[in-house]
Order: sequence, then structure tokens, then C-alpha cells
Amino acid sequence: MSTATAPAPASAAPELAPRVSPAEGIRQTMTLAWRTLLQIRHNPWELVDFSFQPIIFVLLFTYVFGGAIFPSTDEYLTFALPGLVVMNMFFVTMYVGTGLNTDLTKGVFDRLRSLPLARWAPLAGRIIADLVKQAWSIVLLLGIGVVLGFRFGTSIVEVLAAAALVLVFALAFSWISVLVGVLAKDPEKVQLFGMTALFPVTFVSNALVPTNTMPGWLQAFVSVNPVTLVADACRGLMVGGPVAGPVLGSLLWAAVIVGIFAPLSLRALKRRV
Amino acid sequence: MNHAIWAEGLVKRFGETTALNGVDLAVRTGTVLGLLGPNGAGKTTAVRVLATLLRPDAGHARVGGYDVVRNAHQVRQLIGLTGQYAAVDEALTGAENLLLIGRLLGTPRSAAKQRAHELLDRFGLTDAAGRAAKTYSGGMRRRLDLAASLVGRPQMLYLDEPTTGLDPRSRLDLWSLVRSLVADGVTVLLTTQYLEEADELADEIAVIDDGRVIATGTPDELKAKTGARSLAVRPANQADVPTVISVVRELAGVAPEVNGQLVTAPVTDPALLPAVVRRLDNAGVVITELTLRNASLNEVFLSLTGHPAQETAQTEETEGALA
Repeated sequence: MSTATAPAPASAAPELAPRVSPAEGIRQTMTLAWRTLLQIRHNPWELVDFSFQPIIFVLLFTYVFGGAIFPSTDEYLTFALPGLVVMNMFFVTMYVGTGLNTDLTKGVFDRLRSLPLARWAPLAGRIIADLVKQAWSIVLLLGIGVVLGFRFGTSIVEVLAAAALVLVFALAFSWISVLVGVLAKDPEKVQLFGMTALFPVTFVSNALVPTNTMPGWLQAFVSVNPVTLVADACRGLMVGGPVAGPVLGSLLWAAVIVGIFAPLSLRALKRRV
Repeated sequence: MNHAIWAEGLVKRFGETTALNGVDLAVRTGTVLGLLGPNGAGKTTAVRVLATLLRPDAGHARVGGYDVVRNAHQVRQLIGLTGQYAAVDEALTGAENLLLIGRLLGTPRSAAKQRAHELLDRFGLTDAAGRAAKTYSGGMRRRLDLAASLVGRPQMLYLDEPTTGLDPRSRLDLWSLVRSLVADGVTVLLTTQYLEEADELADEIAVIDDGRVIATGTPDELKAKTGARSLAVRPANQADVPTVISVVRELAGVAPEVNGQLVTAPVTDPALLPAVVRRLDNAGVVITELTLRNASLNEVFLSLTGHPAQETAQTEETEGALA
């Protein structure tokens, strides 16, 4: 059978496109993002997951711990709400990893790769969908905060800048989630990582408690923790206070994370599929 | 001769394991090639290379005249892939799964919806169209998966073990669907570890073992090629079994297999049958059964590879899926 010869491309058939145009690729990305968000409609628990957990956190920290940390719960809310927004952002990025892992283990990712799509569309679709979830979480947290007595000390432009910074950082941190999603055997392992790694990292920051109450050795870690930097930047932009330093630090962290984890993730993905 | 799918010398290694060790394949346009082999033979890896999911380490392959490595994007516009594991989004409904693929292929929403309903109807899934795919039975998922691979009206369809794990009824359903696709002019590359399935569906069969194609031909050619026909003799009396064994051994030149009172041996010379009858008649042996039949594909496989085809049928084929 090795004597069979390869046929030339059939001349009668219409010429097939050799690649995807960027506009097509963006359209495909949006379709895949729509698909991810459509999943929520069929699995309302996911909505509960990323809507109610932040609400519970706000109530818990403000009314259970707040009075012990600050003179009044109102003052604590003013301090902690920007921190809670940032903390929650880290947890929400884990959906990128669990979703990607589900696609990989169920064979959906192979199906997508066998279609004439832009190579980056499946990943980009997930990340865009994640940004929608992130935006929803930010609005929800700020809304609940305002209802409970949180007052912005800055202009709307600065508040929007804070939200944008959180989204930019989410975009960067998603690469870690992608890596975990690619390396994990099943979606539960991704969630396990989210719990075991993100809890200590987000709590050992000044998101919920001022740094000056902690022992000196811990302060050293807390002050360079990206959670602290993004939380400080959000405080500055939402309540008032220093902005330039923490924003710069946050963006630097974002760049470092992308620089390390984007190539690692893409290499791991290439190896897995 | 016009080949829709053509591959020469495909090699693929995963670390120490050589999954493909120089695979040649050719599928004529509009026909079904059955890629038959046990688990771990390299079937899935071959399909993944031809579906542009894996780059071969050596060799090349063309689909519809397009190179699977250099013109991967064109190849993807021609093919449909139905994997061993039903690759559907379990959180979405059947209709949404098909709509998603249509939209990804650039079909306008209303046309994509129409195509989805057309396929759901053809695959008997209309009643389940609005239900999440995770509530589907195994057979329904396979049908949805197959429907998903047909949204873009592919010219070449890869079916990777489409009926593994299905009950007999669902298997027959799927077979008739495949036949109707072939009638529409689709070229099919089907991998299977079921000899019966290859016999039923394939115009040609390529037997693959240890990453190599060890035989090709129509099912009948393969059966004839191994030369093997099978002689079976059953004496009426248990006491005559030793006589039958010695006669068959002498004439066939091999030690026969004995199963109760049935004595069987592979034979190549058709003139053997009258000789067996004469000798047994002379010995006064009364016979209740005497047949000379073409070997089954199972026997063909055994004689080609030295081991039965379904040795490891229950273990999942994991090659290529390094998780």
C-alpha cells in the first residue's frame, strides 16, 4: 500500500482559507466566552458559589471580626471592603483552571482543537468569561458594601480605575490558574489547590487586617505580598491615601506573573494535548 | 486512484514508547477504512495525527490533499472527529452543544440553530434537545458527539472506537448512522477493536499492531490472505475422537485443537476435505459434523499478530492522552 501516491489538492474544490483572520479569532473567542457563561445558566450553583461566598465573607468579617480589629464595624468595613474585593478576585480566577481542566479531561478541548479555530481562541474565551465573572463579583461586593454603610472617599473615575486594576491583575493571575488547570488530574484537584494555596496567601496580607498588628517577620512577607499591594492600591483609589506606589507594585507583580506563568502554562498545555 | 486520506511512514513517540512505528494508510474517497487493532496498537495516535491534534515525529500525511502539519488549518476545515470519549459539554443542552459548534464555524445564528435541529432530528435526540448532556445515556452522548462532528458537513470523518462501551442495541443504531453517512459520500476512517464492526462497516481493513500496519485488504481478502480455512470434524462417538485426531494431524500436518468432541485444524489445501472423508470412512468413524469454512477475522488477527484481538479489550486506550 505504500505504493499509493498522494493526491494533489482537488482543483475543482474552492480554495480553503490557510489561516484564521484576527477578526474571526475574536468572534470565536466571544462565542467560547458565551458558552462558558451559558454553563452558569444550567448550573446555578456556580452562580451561588461566586456570588454568595463574597457576601458571606463581607458579613462575617465586618460583624464578627470587624469590631475586634477596629473601634467600629463601619470603620472596619471602610478598611476591609477593598481588601475583600481583591481577595475574592484571587478565588474567582480558579474558575479558569477548573473549566479548562474539565474541557481537557472530557475531550472537549480536543474537539475544539480539531475545528478550524484560532489556536488561542479556546484559552482566550475562558479568560474573557472569567473577566465577566470578575466584573460581576466586584459590582456585587461594592454594592453590598454600600448597603452596609461603606462610603467611597474618591471620585467615580478612581473607583473605576480600582476595578480596572483588579481586572488587570485577574488577567495576569489567570495564568497561574491555567497552569494548575493543565497540570491537575481532575477539576477537584484544581479547587483543592485554590483552597490550600490561595487561603494562606490571601490571608497573610493586609486585605483584612492592618500590617502593624503582626510580628515583624510576618510584616516583611505581608508588605511584598501582591495581595497587599493590590489591596492598598484599591484602598487608595476607593477610600483615599497613597496610590502611585501600590499601583506600580501591583502592575510589576502582574508583569512578573505573566512573564513566568504564561510560557510555563503554554508549554504544559502543548505537552498535555 | 483518489485517496481522501493518505499517510506514509508516520512515526510518533511518547518518551520511551513508540506509539506509531512507520504507519502507511490510504483511504479511497467515499469509502470506509477500518483501522483494526487491540488496545495500545496505535489506533488513537494515528487518528490524532490525521486530525492535526498531534505532530508526527516522522513521515507525512495528507487529508484532502492538504498536509496535516503544514496546512493544518485547511485540514481542520475538511474533517470531523468523534473520539472514544464523547466530547460534549455536559453542562450545555444537546441543542446548545450543536449550536456552539455551528457558531464557532462562523454560521449565522439562525442557520446554526436550524442545522442543530436537523441533526438532533436525524440522530433521534429531538426529545432530549433541551436537556443538559450530562443527563444523557451513553448511547445518546455518542450520538450527540457524532452529530457535533457533522455540524460543519465534513468530507472526512474520523470515528475513534465509536461503539466501545455501548450496548448492542446502541451499537446497531450507530452502525446504521455510519452507513447513511457513507451513502452521503463521506469518507470514513474508523478505528475499532471489534472485528465484527470492521467486517460490518469497512470496505477495507488495515490491521495495526505495535504501531505498524501488518496487513491490509478487504475483509474477504484478509481472510483469504492468511490462507486460513478451518476444518472441523465431530465424530458421533466420543471413543472415535483419538482416531479423528490422528487422521486430521496426518493430513493437515498440524496438531488439531480439540474442544469436547469437536476437532478443528487450520488447513490451506481444499483437496483435503475428500481425503479426510475417505480416511474416516475407511476407519469406520461416523461423523455428525464436517465443515470447511473461511477463517473468522478473529482467527485472521491471531494468525497475523500471534495474539488474540480482544486480549485487553476492557482496559482503556490511554496512549496519547498523557494526563
